[in-house]
Amino acid sequence: MNDHKGVWVFSENYELMLELLAGGRPLAASLKTELAAILMGSQLNDRATELVRHGADKVYSMDNPDLKDCHTERCLSLLAKLAIEHKPEIILIGSTKSGKELASRLAARLETGCTPDCVQLDINGQGTLTTKRVVYSGNAVVTATYLKKPQIAAVLPRAFEKPEPTERKGHVVTVDVKIEKSAVEIVEINEIRAAEVKIEEAKIVICGGRGIDKKEDFQPLIELANLLGGQVGNTRPLAEDRKWFTEWIGLSGKKIRPALYMGCGISGMIQHVAGMRDSQVVVAINKDPEAAIFEVADYVVVGNLYEIVPAIAEQLRKQLS
Amino acid sequence: MPRIIVCLKQALDVSQLKADPSSRKLVTAGVPRKISDFDKNALEEAVSLKEKLGGEVVTITSSAEDAKTSIREALAIGADKGYFVNDEGLRNSCTLATSHVLAEAIKKIGQFDLVLCGEASIDGFSAQIGPRVAEILGIPVLTYARSITVQGDTVTAERSLEDRYETVRTKMPAVITVTREINEPRIPSLMAIMKASKKEIVSWRLADISVPPEKAGEQGSGVKIMDVSAPKVERKKETIQGESPREIAANLVKALIQDGVIGR
Ligand SMILES: Cc1cc2nc3c(=O)[nH]c(=O)nc-3n(C[C@H](O)[C@H](O)[C@H](O)COP(=O)(O)OP(=O)(O)OC[C@H]3O[C@@H](n4cnc5c(N)ncnc54)[C@H](O)[C@@H]3O)c2cc1C
Ligand SMILES: Nc1ncnc2c1ncn2[C@@H]1O[C@H](COP(=O)(O)O)[C@@H](O)[C@H]1O
Repeated sequence: MNDHKGVWVFSENYELMLELLAGGRPLAASLKTELAAILMGSQLNDRATELVRHGADKVYSMDNPDLKDCHTERCLSLLAKLAIEHKPEIILIGSTKSGKELASRLAARLETGCTPDCVQLDINGQGTLTTKRVVYSGNAVVTATYLKKPQIAAVLPRAFEKPEPTERKGHVVTVDVKIEKSAVEIVEINEIRAAEVKIEEAKIVICGGRGIDKKEDFQPLIELANLLGGQVGNTRPLAEDRKWFTEWIGLSGKKIRPALYMGCGISGMIQHVAGMRDSQVVVAINKDPEAAIFEVADYVVVGNLYEIVPAIAEQLRKQLS
Repeated sequence: MPRIIVCLKQALDVSQLKADPSSRKLVTAGVPRKISDFDKNALEEAVSLKEKLGGEVVTITSSAEDAKTSIREALAIGADKGYFVNDEGLRNSCTLATSHVLAEAIKKIGQFDLVLCGEASIDGFSAQIGPRVAEILGIPVLTYARSITVQGDTVTAERSLEDRYETVRTKMPAVITVTREINEPRIPSLMAIMKASKKEIVSWRLADISVPPEKAGEQGSGVKIMDVSAPKVERKKETIQGESPREIAANLVKALIQDGVIGR
């Protein structure tokens, strides 16, 4: 079955595509094949050379005004056509919500397997891709391998560090783009979050849960986050039930892996833990000594968050001055 | 008057899973099963569309295990009929095989306007079945819908993405996957539960929907699961001591500085 060759990466999110190059590089090396990036967009300028500098051996570049906002339908038909023509062995796609839709539909068109939300990629003794991902609401890690080609994997943001650019040579192939009429029309787009730093990129996340009674009481967490140059996050009930926020951390929300996660008034239900378990250091503050969050914490603080959080801020101010 | 098919998965109740303490392997045998959470939202949406527009709601489930209790529950919530592909040959199916089976079953069910799925299942959480089924059926898909509006032969959905809401529109028939935000699933009344026992569950084997054995189960799959283990938690679980909040805070800050996660 090995007329398939090459490792491809694609994401509608350019930064994530750079991370995918880091994930794809060792796979291509192990298979002694080339690493190609699929670039779609409008007015791409130097992006192709930049992708080469970040590790791509080849860039298939599709530059067209109609590709300005990534429209999943359009990206899908272009990507499927290219894959049928060139038969890559592995296709890595950024595991955003749109990316997962794209990966699933591509897999359906190519009649092959796909694993979503991968956090680790390896080539096994048979030269087959194996992936790891978290399932069962964070209760388990599944290792999976492939029975068909191409092998499609959707890779979570921050599973790989964006590679350092180096001076290297690559091959840029300009692909003719024919945009077909799409069955789905985008009527309107509303940005819901224009934060300067995305929560996934924050090094420090101070996270609040239902132990915080009123929205104003979130302020001490914000102050602490500011002091530490971090961001605040929250559990789902604060967004969904109380409508204080529009997003949350967890299985059905954002997955974060900061250097420091501090959970304040959070019980530690598996669905929340699924979004923060990869944090480097975990601090949990909860007044209930039996709270489940303490099972996944490095530092256990049994106490009232209303007293502890301001005390930490005060201590930091003392240290800083 | 739309005819809506809801893809209803009977999933493992993940909150009841345990790992074997020595091997860390997950024990799934004997773990209770239930309707996957988001599928209840899909069903609720279908039933409330029916209440507004008329029409019919049917469910389709594919499983090697028995799933009749879950299907009965869906009938009590308001589905008119349940279809159930139940066959040993479904074991170890990946999403490639499952979507093929569901698409063939949907073709056999016949005319429809919408197929509703959950955004993802609580156990597999792959978010693949809806998009894949749409591709096989050759119809559009709208994923992550937090609202659905039907007007004539057009459906409009508001998609909930990471950084934006996107309003999208397409002609029916179409597949839509729904998020939990879309509604609050109803709890069926005793009357509804009793009435549901009279509704029909149609059971099919793979042969009944013309799926050959090599298109289902492991043979029909593109991905094979090698291992399912509990993730390693190597946390210190160190209790920060102190007589007062101040003392606790000081000790915590000291520990975090030592770990190098906050500035000197
Ligand atoms: C399918 C599904 C998906 C879900 N996805 C997510 C998800 O992605 N993210 C998510 O967060 N949730 C998710 N949930 C919800 C999740 O199950 C929990 O309900 C939620 O995480 C609980 O939030 P919490 O810890 O803030 O609240 P609670 O569970 O109510 O915990 C509050 C905690 O605060 C403590 N507390 C109270 N007062 C104080 C005080 N003064 N000082 C210190 N401690 C105090 C209490 O002891 C308690 O432990 C999901 C649920 C389902 C069914
Ligand atoms: N075996 C199944 N039977 C019926 N519907 C399913 C099945 N598996 C998945 N689905 C549907 O597809 C959605 C997404 O599932 P998944 O791709 O497993 O995350 C679910 O919410 C269901 O609506």
